[in-house]
Amino acid sequence: MPERKQPKSKYTTDRQIPGAFEGETVTRRRFMSGTGLAVGGIASAAFALPALGFALGPVFEEFDQPWQPVGKITEFGSDTYVARTITLVPEIGDAGKSTVFMRRFNPAVDTEDRDEYNEYIAVSSACMHLGCPVNYVSSSQRFICPCHGGVYDFVGKVAGGPPVRPLDRFYTRVRAGIVEIGPRFSVNSELQRFSPRDPGEPLDGVGQYLYPSTPDLRKLDTN
Amino acid sequence: MPKLKVPSPPAPLQPKPKRPGKKTGPEGPVEHGHEATASTIGWIDERTSLSGAGRWMMFRKVPKGTNWFYTLGSATMFAFLSQAVTGVVLAMYYEPEPTRAYESIRRINNEVFLGELVHAMHKWGSTVMVILIFLHMGRTFFFGAYKYPRELNWVIGVVLLILTMTMSFTGYLLPFDQRSYWASIVGVNINGTGPLVGPYLSDFLRAGPYFGATTLSRFYAIHMMAVPGAIAALIGFHLYLVAKLGTTAPPWIRAEAPEATREEKVAA
Repeated sequence: MPERKQPKSKYTTDRQIPGAFEGETVTRRRFMSGTGLAVGGIASAAFALPALGFALGPVFEEFDQPWQPVGKITEFGSDTYVARTITLVPEIGDAGKSTVFMRRFNPAVDTEDRDEYNEYIAVSSACMHLGCPVNYVSSSQRFICPCHGGVYDFVGKVAGGPPVRPLDRFYTRVRAGIVEIGPRFSVNSELQRFSPRDPGEPLDGVGQYLYPSTPDLRKLDTN
Repeated sequence: MPKLKVPSPPAPLQPKPKRPGKKTGPEGPVEHGHEATASTIGWIDERTSLSGAGRWMMFRKVPKGTNWFYTLGSATMFAFLSQAVTGVVLAMYYEPEPTRAYESIRRINNEVFLGELVHAMHKWGSTVMVILIFLHMGRTFFFGAYKYPRELNWVIGVVLLILTMTMSFTGYLLPFDQRSYWASIVGVNINGTGPLVGPYLSDFLRAGPYFGATTLSRFYAIHMMAVPGAIAALIGFHLYLVAKLGTTAPPWIRAEAPEATREEKVAA
């Protein structure tokens, strides 16, 4: 059996390295390469981290959802929807506009608690399958999506097709006889209010935990 | 492994034998002109040694049975090059702002010289590239060319496939007509259906909770800067591995037994 090589001492002086200091354990070559790597890493992080934050920033920035008027209180009945166009994102033309379907609260069909934000019901036109625009078909009292066949009943609950939750809604309020539309919120199949989610994200069962709301859009603090 | 003999440069690049009765060296501008190509290449090669790499890449031994299916990878690469070139010139006229994008595409199609052709090349070329990728992938799969030692090249190919899909997705929004707008909304929402990270991913893609003022420029930046650079780099690495590992014979070509173990030799 060949003789085992004696392990090198951790002190550079013991290893006969020229110019070694007493008690020194790191060789200068090792120190230089370590420093080089560290400086390179810091320099890369100095541009990469700000760039990453710059690209991710909007995810964590609160999005502005101002109240906007959509019509006089007399324009909305309680047994059919009236379409109104609102602006979700200003200054980008039609791409920032969206249709909402409006009606008055109807105790005969609306089972949720009445408060100051649902005297008028504002239903979003974004299909909860994947976000295509739904139409309200008054003859059948259904919302119908042209893309993949999603169907919703009169209050916006899923009546058929692939959508995973009822149509989103908007808070509404009345100011001086004018109905105003505010922030959006999502609802589960019992029409409980949740912070807005994207289409395709269920809210029943574990859905509300699997699909957390993001910091850029939260529901109103109504308490 | 025996080392391949490096082939000599092609005939035009080899030094010509001197004609009898001629003095040494070029005389007038015509003779200098004759030697210009060779001397330019020689000047560069003396400083870079690139000709060896070029010969290593270009003059490889290929197995018996190599056929037209082996050109699908190059075809995909040329589809990518076509996309890159037409994309660069389309960027000279395209404006990635929500209120201007559709108008600028309309102008490219209707007014710019050859605009309709170049736009159509880019649009249809993207489909051609995806089809070629899948054919190339099918060839690699059915010929068993993904096996040892080429597994890493398969993995790189899959990454390239995903990057190409990213290109298709981000490019689809850019014409900014009704179809591309709603298709992108649907596509972003599909991304959002991933549990836990999905909501953040879709917000990242849109730069906010709604399709906003910078969504288009975000898609544009991903489409023309982030992903093409990655694709070009990975194609380079993919090609390097192809040249280093060589190509496989088609599965119907049987390996020949070594001379000594052949039956007729043993019997004799």
